[in-house]
Amino acid sequence: MIKFENVTKAYPDGTVAVDGLNLEAPTGKLTILVGPSGCGKTTSLRMINRLIEPTSGTIYLDDQPTSGMDAALLRRRIGYVIQHAGLFPHKTIVDNVATMPVLLGESRQKARIKALELIERVGLPASFAKRYPWQLSGGQQQRVGVARALASDPAFMLMDEPFSAVDPVVRGQLQDEFLRLQREIGKTIIMVTHDIDEALKLGDQVAVMRVGGKLAQMASPSELLTSPADEFVADFVGRDRGYRSLGFTKTAGAVAIGEEAVIQLGASADEARAKASGAWVLVVDGSRKPLGWAQPELVRGEVTREHLNLSGIPAVVSGTMRQLLDAALSSPSRRGVVVDENGELIGTVTATDVVKAIEAEPHLETAR
Amino acid sequence: MNFEWLGRQSDNIVFLLGWHVLLAVIPLILGLLIALPLGWWAHRSRRIYPLLVGVAGLLYTVPSLALFVLLPLVLGTKILDPLNIVAALTIYTVALLVRVVADALESVPEDTVQAAKAMGYRGYQSLLKVELPVGVPVISAGLRVAAVSNVSLVSVAALLGIPQLGSLFTQGFQLRFFTPIIAGIVLCVVLAMILDGLIILLNRWLTPWTPKVVAS
Amino acid sequence: MNYLFDPRHWSGADSIPTLIGEHLLYSLIALAIAAIIAVPLGIYIGVTGKGVFLIAGLANALRALPSVGLLILLVLLISPAFPSKMGYILPSLIVLVLLAVPPILTNTYAGVRAVDAAAVDAARGMGFRTMKILTDVQLPCSLPLVLSGVRSALLQIISTATIAAYISLGGLGRLLIDGKAQNDYSQMVAGAVLVALLALFFDQLLAFITRRVVSPGLTRRTIKSASPAEPVKTPVTV
Repeated sequence: MIKFENVTKAYPDGTVAVDGLNLEAPTGKLTILVGPSGCGKTTSLRMINRLIEPTSGTIYLDDQPTSGMDAALLRRRIGYVIQHAGLFPHKTIVDNVATMPVLLGESRQKARIKALELIERVGLPASFAKRYPWQLSGGQQQRVGVARALASDPAFMLMDEPFSAVDPVVRGQLQDEFLRLQREIGKTIIMVTHDIDEALKLGDQVAVMRVGGKLAQMASPSELLTSPADEFVADFVGRDRGYRSLGFTKTAGAVAIGEEAVIQLGASADEARAKASGAWVLVVDGSRKPLGWAQPELVRGEVTREHLNLSGIPAVVSGTMRQLLDAALSSPSRRGVVVDENGELIGTVTATDVVKAIEAEPHLETAR
Repeated sequence: MNFEWLGRQSDNIVFLLGWHVLLAVIPLILGLLIALPLGWWAHRSRRIYPLLVGVAGLLYTVPSLALFVLLPLVLGTKILDPLNIVAALTIYTVALLVRVVADALESVPEDTVQAAKAMGYRGYQSLLKVELPVGVPVISAGLRVAAVSNVSLVSVAALLGIPQLGSLFTQGFQLRFFTPIIAGIVLCVVLAMILDGLIILLNRWLTPWTPKVVAS
Repeated sequence: MNYLFDPRHWSGADSIPTLIGEHLLYSLIALAIAAIIAVPLGIYIGVTGKGVFLIAGLANALRALPSVGLLILLVLLISPAFPSKMGYILPSLIVLVLLAVPPILTNTYAGVRAVDAAAVDAARGMGFRTMKILTDVQLPCSLPLVLSGVRSALLQIISTATIAAYISLGGLGRLLIDGKAQNDYSQMVAGAVLVALLALFFDQLLAFITRRVVSPGLTRRTIKSASPAEPVKTPVTV
């Protein structure tokens, strides 16, 4: 657990970066500090490992005040990941990752073996070990940064905008992989971001800060979306928060899933026409995994891959209302494909069905 | 300082100063004229760049006194011919500026070059009207270094007996007399500062779009 | 070339090997002193940001000073106080050091400043102490620039040491100055060739050392390494 108690950071010129912050980041959870630039979120983060010293107040690490600790020893207990990775350009990837264990007195050889495991764990091929940072893309460097922070197996991690320097596609991948990793390792993490979407996607709890270094609201992502504390938070969370809050609402049987007649590749045009409802018919493979939608009108002879429209995004039945609605809206037939965990077809839903379910139960069980 | 001596020698000092200016400035201009096409060539060809920059680096390592002495072998001049000094300093200037010009052209943003191309500039038009002007600040920074070092290098030629401000040093040494030495040092420094200032002004005049601060 | 290949000039008190030895001795002593002054100072200014004015001001001013004039001025000032050979050795060394300090100082400063701030932040965040950040991150990362400064400085020193023969310092410059005095062009050419070879040899030696000691992670061999942030190579002004 990391706890802020009345922490203030004021600079000699009178600027107050952080103002009386009280906050608790529970053990094993990912807490996100989010806010516009100048809200003191990075300052708050850097006060935890004392890269910045608080003017007043106390920060506790598992109930021990950090102020009494040796700053360097304190930092060695906390993993640290920053925006531009900050890899050592003169060291190979494996030696970068081995930095902390070596610093803590482990033999170089043992540290390297551990580092190799971590490199693969964060999704990089082992062949990258001998490369230098400049030979890696930004996203790859960021993975190495995460591996380096994990190398000493610290109980705590601080992450300062870890995914914001890479392009949106890579960012999405890194976020997904990081969530998966965190589910396995369960570190106590505080992450700073300016991106509210990232905060809502990753955080177990989200602390929204406002300019002047004050905490505006601390809540779970769904609570933040459904009941923002004030206008600032509501505004910061964004206009389409109603739609986005569906991302935290489980479908859990609330929506009636309709049966859908299907054909397989190679079916005749006649069969396709017979099975179609409206202009479209769903095509599946031998194990009932959806392949795409076809228009029997256009089929001469038999149904082939060329006839498939792939624009629909299937929703998993255990997913959220948002995914279900998205499945319906993205489907050319306006019928959203619903699959089970193995990707096999269950049936289809329409946007109307989903909206009805949402209206019927305004306080559905939230995902988190 | 013996100002009476200075007064008596003023004609001679002006003569030496004149030679010093010529010996420092002519190679600067010649060197720039030669370095511009060479630098452009190095910028255009990835194979030529390391070659030209490598040769320039080697030429730069040859100590000036040695180069002054060796050039007569190549040029067929007499050891006392001022042409040796001009040639040697031109070589140094080119050696310094080739890389600077290539890097200056390299520093022009690709967007700018593409925009020029898109607007229908031909290769040479783009070079003369867009790339070179945009590269001017980098080139003038290099030119300033070359100018200041040329002024200092010219005085070395005094050891061979070629007249310029350096002659005041050797004269002072032989007479054990401080006045000409100090006068020579002051004039050299002032001359270097004036050339430096002129290049700064020229740069400002050529690049009215840049902020009025010239990085050194 | 006759002078160079005459065996009489290759042994004895004022033989070519002796002159090369002297030239090297003075050069290396001056380089060592300059490095001892300039490297720590450059690191200090680079890390703390204090005294940055020294870098731009001093470096430019010293470049404009004519080394011949400086050399002669110092000899006339100092030599009366020292009856022995120190009368010209000391001022020569002072001038050599003075000229070698700026390139090492400015390059060390630039090298330290150019170290990726994120890498330093990461090191501190991982619990490196200040000294360890210096030895493990800042120094190795600034090494290419520091060594390039040392390279410029050594060329400057070898070149200026040649000139110092005029004020009676030993070394290869003797061949040039004595040859001039004796109207012996062959001797002058011999001196010029030897000095040029000496400079080339040490330049290449330092280039070789740089390749060996600098991490390949920093040199990332690319053909056009044009970056505007790179400082203009300090030229040899003598």
